[in-house]
Amino acid sequence: MFAFTLNGAAAALDLPDDVPLLAALREAAGLSGPRFGCGVEACGACHVLIDGQSVPTCVLPLGAVAGRVVTTVEGLGTEASPHPLQTAFLAEQAGQCGYCLSGILVSAAALLAANPDPDEAAVRLALEPHLCRCGSHNRIIRAVLRAARQGQPA
Amino acid sequence: MSATLPSSLATNPRLSQWLGFSADGTVVIRPGKVEIGQGILTALTQIAADELDVALPRIRVETVTTPTSPDEGVTSGSLSVQNSGVALRHVCAEARSIFLGVAAQGSGVPVEALRVEDGDFVGPQGAIASYWSLAERGLLDGDATPGSRAKPPSARVTVGTSTARIDLPDKVFGRPRFLHDMRPVGLLHARVLRPPSRGATLRAIAPGALPEGATLVRDGSFLAVVAKAEHVADRALVRLARLAEWDERDTLPHEGAMPAWLRQAVGESSVVAERDAGGATATRRIRRDFFRPLVAHASIGPSCAMALWTGDTVEVWSHTQGPYNLRLDLAKSLRISNESVVVRHVEGAGCYGHNGADDVALDAALAARAMPGRTVRVLWSRADELGWSPFSSAMLVEVEAGLDDAGNIAEFRLDVTSNGHSSRPGRGALPTLLAASTLDPPFAVPVAINMPVKGGGGAQRNAVPIYRIPTLRVGMRTITDMPIRTSAMRGLGAPINVWAIEAVVDELAALAGQDPLAFRLRHLDDARAAAVLQRAADMAGWSQREAGEGSGTGLAVARYKNLGAWCAVAAEVAVEAEVRVTRIWIAADLGEVVNPDGAANQLEGSAIHATSQALKEAVRFDRRRVTSDSWESYPILRFSEVPKVEVALMDRPEMPPLGAGEPAFAPTVAAIANAIHAALGVRPRAMPFTAANLAAAMDQG
Repeated sequence: MFAFTLNGAAAALDLPDDVPLLAALREAAGLSGPRFGCGVEACGACHVLIDGQSVPTCVLPLGAVAGRVVTTVEGLGTEASPHPLQTAFLAEQAGQCGYCLSGILVSAAALLAANPDPDEAAVRLALEPHLCRCGSHNRIIRAVLRAARQGQPA
Repeated sequence: MSATLPSSLATNPRLSQWLGFSADGTVVIRPGKVEIGQGILTALTQIAADELDVALPRIRVETVTTPTSPDEGVTSGSLSVQNSGVALRHVCAEARSIFLGVAAQGSGVPVEALRVEDGDFVGPQGAIASYWSLAERGLLDGDATPGSRAKPPSARVTVGTSTARIDLPDKVFGRPRFLHDMRPVGLLHARVLRPPSRGATLRAIAPGALPEGATLVRDGSFLAVVAKAEHVADRALVRLARLAEWDERDTLPHEGAMPAWLRQAVGESSVVAERDAGGATATRRIRRDFFRPLVAHASIGPSCAMALWTGDTVEVWSHTQGPYNLRLDLAKSLRISNESVVVRHVEGAGCYGHNGADDVALDAALAARAMPGRTVRVLWSRADELGWSPFSSAMLVEVEAGLDDAGNIAEFRLDVTSNGHSSRPGRGALPTLLAASTLDPPFAVPVAINMPVKGGGGAQRNAVPIYRIPTLRVGMRTITDMPIRTSAMRGLGAPINVWAIEAVVDELAALAGQDPLAFRLRHLDDARAAAVLQRAADMAGWSQREAGEGSGTGLAVARYKNLGAWCAVAAEVAVEAEVRVTRIWIAADLGEVVNPDGAANQLEGSAIHATSQALKEAVRFDRRRVTSDSWESYPILRFSEVPKVEVALMDRPEMPPLGAGEPAFAPTVAAIANAIHAALGVRPRAMPFTAANLAAAMDQG
């Protein structure tokens, strides 16, 4: 049994400690945000925040998050109470098929937490681990910059 | 008034198949096209809202299920709005007219005195009825009739505005939306063990246990493992791979010698276009070859499907582009009747053409057959997706063209050599699904075909130049030996054909001593092509452009399929160790635009996809297997490499709508190639435009 904090609530999953965190989140915890893309930490689709850092979860064993704080895209915000990034992604219509967005959103959240006023180069660098095949990159960059602007004091 | 029905309605005329109203004040539309990330659900909702005069939130879209949904074939070829949108507009306009007629008759208020306000039928004395009050009357049980009752373009309210995508909130909040997210009660997870190489057959399975709770499924050389938990299925697959023994042999050509292979392989020749209008003879000629390797769709989400057998019938959940076509090939592969198969479409990741979506559906049906009464889900691995999906064919284009003494294009000959560009299911006697050739007894693998040019063609798509050329001959050779399965991918043959044409036109302009823009405009009789070209050039500041010192700008224009949207692209490159595309300007004439931001999203996305293909992509293989089965070995464009993109749409609300998903792709490849020449003085001859391929082109001269 591995106890950790998942999207702000206590979670305990009864799974072997070597099960990848992604499988545990999708199967046992019933989440759909973190997505399987490659299984070898090469595409970014499965990223979540662990203690505020954006990391891939398709290889990381469940045992590694015991006692830590895990936040998935579902934990960033909801339609009723969205994260500024989620609002900005909708405002910029930043997506096509959307399969890559969950991972990109959590990496963008980690970036803005560490650097509330990033320039475009910093956004590109933070999103470099993420692949998007639909070509929504420029909208995504604009959305992150928009969220940063709106997070600034007036 | 048109005397014929839109094509999708001619084959699916029943109005109630497309549209329904509920007493609770909601509308359901049932298009036969599916969402593949292109935003079609949103565009169709806008069209329905305008023709019915109801608010957008009342409308729900029902995704395709056989056999009840309209059969609109395959969602491909940038035809979703062109086919489904035009059909739905007709259906909604006719429904509005039928309902108003019934309301008028019932109330005595003349129909001309009625208007529709968010679904209520309002006369001089107020509302007399509504879609909702008449919902149960069966008014849509008849067939559509010819003659358009649609509103004039000027009366459209929602169409032509950038309504927000209806599918995007789910994707931004991480809510279940994809097939991958479905978890029906009692779901089982399966993994398929693909052979270690092409054409390998299973000799034996060595003795040894699978992990506890995992079940082996075998049919001929088809192998799968099924388990309750996904991670157990994953472990069982690793174990099974160690136990399976295969007979293997060399079946693939030498990757490095593909142009020669294309020249020598067995094929069928045909003439695509030929004319000799006389005129001056060419006095200065050039001859050039162009090559593109096999390229992959490379979806971010691996293909996924679920299947459930009940007795002799199977229900399949799939992110296929063609649910009815998939159903036909599932029935053939499973050797059951078409009526025994139900296919339900659920969204998947973007596919960009015929990827593994259909193949995995057969995998799921085969795995589930061993588990009757249980829903079984198959998810492909990244290696399956990049290594076993159909690919877009390797292609060779040879051009010979000449100028007359006055500097006009006098002759143009283009020959395209390629495997077929469609192995889509449901179109032949044999199933095209991957696992079908591994069953006992196996099905032969049908060779991919090139669709006729009147439907847009395959390898020959966009092989006929749009310029005024008196003497023209375009030929195609379709290779009939298919060592690696090929099928449809964004643009089909257009990227290499447009690249070849536009590179040669640039060279002819130089030979004539003219600016590439002026030279093109002088040879264009098609005003809409000329308009987008001029617009893209203006956006890029063409007349003030600077070139040399490792940077340059290139131009290209095409009309997609020679019968779809017009699109011109200017691209700017900076060449360091490798080529970097820094900016792209796109001007497109899509006719009527239902959702301008959605169209821009498609155009800019396809230009970035095209940039990736132009600069980086090639399927790698040895004599037995595809080796580029990871993101490391099949790299695509990353955030740090993505160019800035600007889009302009021509304002043509009165013209028929044309698709936006593909028209920018081929001109982008061509504009990049021409920009590379402007920057380096070298003409690319082989994709991708890597330093190594450019060095080879330089040696070739």
